[in-house]
Amino acid sequence: MKVSTMPLPVKEIFGYTGKTFLSLLDSLNTISVLINSVFYQTFISPLTGRPPRIRASIVEMVRTGYNSVPIVSLISFFVGVILALQAAYQLKKFGALIYVADLVGISLTRELGPILTAVLVSGRSGSAFAAEIGSMKAAEEIDALVTMGINPIRYLIVPKLIALMIMMPALTLIADFSGITGGTILASTMLGLSPGAYIEQTINSLAIQDIFTGLVKALAFGIVITLVGVYQGLRVEGGAEDVGKRTTAAVVASIILVIVFDLFFTILFFFFT
Amino acid sequence: MEKAIEVKGLVTHYGTREILKNVTFSIPRGMTTVILGGSGSGKSTLLRHIIGLLKPTKGNIFINERDITSLSEIEMIDVRKKMGVLFQGAALLNSLTVSDNVALPVTEHTKLQGSTIDIMVRMKLDLVGLSGSGGLYPSQLSGGMKKRAGIARAMALDPDLLFLDEPSAGLDPVTAAGLDELIVRLKKVFKITIVVVTHELPSIHIIADYAVMLNRGEIVFTGTMDELKMSDDPQIVSFLARRPPDDSLAPGDYLKTITGNS
Repeated sequence: MKVSTMPLPVKEIFGYTGKTFLSLLDSLNTISVLINSVFYQTFISPLTGRPPRIRASIVEMVRTGYNSVPIVSLISFFVGVILALQAAYQLKKFGALIYVADLVGISLTRELGPILTAVLVSGRSGSAFAAEIGSMKAAEEIDALVTMGINPIRYLIVPKLIALMIMMPALTLIADFSGITGGTILASTMLGLSPGAYIEQTINSLAIQDIFTGLVKALAFGIVITLVGVYQGLRVEGGAEDVGKRTTAAVVASIILVIVFDLFFTILFFFFT
Repeated sequence: MEKAIEVKGLVTHYGTREILKNVTFSIPRGMTTVILGGSGSGKSTLLRHIIGLLKPTKGNIFINERDITSLSEIEMIDVRKKMGVLFQGAALLNSLTVSDNVALPVTEHTKLQGSTIDIMVRMKLDLVGLSGSGGLYPSQLSGGMKKRAGIARAMALDPDLLFLDEPSAGLDPVTAAGLDELIVRLKKVFKITIVVVTHELPSIHIIADYAVMLNRGEIVFTGTMDELKMSDDPQIVSFLARRPPDDSLAPGDYLKTITGNS
């Protein structure tokens, strides 16, 4: 046997780099194929006479959207209260307490409403998507769908995507509303502002584009959460242990990607609105 | 003998490992063919290629004279409507009742009315001996009942081809015998081609007309059951006699193995 002249650690570094690069390339390929076929099945396929499963989409909307209403409104209510308190802490030094309304309104609609909703929905629904699809993959149910001539993407994933694309903006609106309510209640009880003045100030300070940019973000987050969840679910190989791992990975990855996309949109809107 | 399935020069890899090494054989129409082989012989991989779940590295697979390795996903749907598959764990959708599972291929591929589909589903459930269990969820069924429900779903669109992946795996002998009887009855009643992947000797003797045997990714035998029993190939003889193959190493080789200097 010919002895290799390359020192072992160097060889290991090259080997490691190559392996990592190849597996990265492989996942990139899988992700792009998935994104491509999910969008094809959602937007193009209905034009060729294969409509999405409306009933299943409604079921998913109830699961991901309607059932999240209590937690989303509760959390954003508290965040509204906290924001108002923090703002008041600074603004009262300048005697500008009424501007609490501006701060709460704008930061909720532009930023916190969508991001809070996205984090909650990734935890609730992103993980559920990964677990559901992952356990179906492990039990060969996905293969069974394929052999029955049923496209698993159309059957399983499109309803989830439609549901989150509609429910994320809807939940975000609810979060905005309940956060502003939280701010109003705090301002009128502890800061001595009249609720009428607070609400009027909020309405005057908000431009339609503040709410609109928040909803655009929410829509994008909905797509990100669905795609990450189903991608991790489809990657399950083997049994229950892997399902657990992939579920965790789905939540972590979707929260990270949501923040990254948030940054991207915020920069975009900063320059173009 | 008319061919239902023809496999030509099939080579497949799992990663870089070669699983099937240039496999060529055909499966006759209207018979029950068993694909035999020990664990790791590649028989499950072979089945996954025949039902179009995996794409081979090289080679062609003809089902009813159409080469499925060159069909698009949309063209494959036509082929898939004509075949039914029972997976090892039955792979029923856990979120649907047994009836809805059986109805699934019908609702997806036809525009029949709900009441017609209900009747079809009841007929299929009756066929496999599950009348009255339609309202149950898969998690409420025993192993044998799950497989029967899986067969009902595979038969939903009255296929020409029925594939069964280790139907008696994980079942007690009595339940397994019941399933064998069902397979025999399906062939008699519907005159369909049935392909069974198995290594259960008792069920092979009951259900099989024709056998394909694999060992380490290579075909070692194709022919009728009578030819299989007459064969004097040592691999086949030891498989049928349930004798472990003689793979003990010479002392020198053994030393090499344990010292790692192979």
